[in-house]
Amino acid sequence: MGCFIVPATEAVITTIATKAVKAKEEKCKVENVHLEGTGSETPAKVSFSEKMKWLNNMLWGGSALLAFEHVWHGEVIASFPFLSAAANPADAAAMLREMATTGVAMSVLVTGIWMGMIAVSSVIEKKAAKTQDLTDGGV
Amino acid sequence: MTLLSVIFAAIISTIIWYMSAPKSEMKIGTLCLIYWGASLMWFVDAVFEYAKIGAEYFNPAPADMLNDLYLGLSVIAFGLIIWLVILFVKDPKGVVKAALLKKTGAIS
Repeated sequence: MGCFIVPATEAVITTIATKAVKAKEEKCKVENVHLEGTGSETPAKVSFSEKMKWLNNMLWGGSALLAFEHVWHGEVIASFPFLSAAANPADAAAMLREMATTGVAMSVLVTGIWMGMIAVSSVIEKKAAKTQDLTDGGV
Repeated sequence: MTLLSVIFAAIISTIIWYMSAPKSEMKIGTLCLIYWGASLMWFVDAVFEYAKIGAEYFNPAPADMLNDLYLGLSVIAFGLIIWLVILFVKDPKGVVKAALLKKTGAIS
């Protein structure tokens, strides 16, 4: 009924957070260049803001396609209150229950999978850094 | 059927991404994440539906299946449209910009 609203809300929050993280990273990058003269020589890492974009894409994409399905089933309408279930109290209660169960579960699963992706990429980055250190040490 | 359609779209786009990575500038990764995000959300929906109606979930009426397939294909098309809009807005190859500049140049 309105389950896609929960991941869409999370997407808004994570998008704002991504902008803030990116601004912070840019600031740190400029400071590092000033201090060291050049950038670091460690193997290129995927920045955290870039990783947050993965989550944003999953949340925005999933919410958009789910919203399309709700339009298909006539659950999202063009006039106020935009959700057909919100028109009467009984349906509104069912909708809120669905948002609290299915919607929250969707957000939790997508975020959980993203955390798994971050963990895997972090392991790969650490391995790459280790290999780089060994190569540098050997030379 | 909708879940299945979107999962297949996600798998196919992921294979295309893997084949073209890391040089590709077509933003296939974004398309993959769009479809995977939707697949995960529909999976949760399916789990809740299964918890409600049980094994009957796996025996839909042919008409419902056809309607769900139709919806699944429409969802895939909608995902592709979103990806195209992102691709044209970001324009990583500068194709759209070059085409527009060429047109502007022709007018002036």
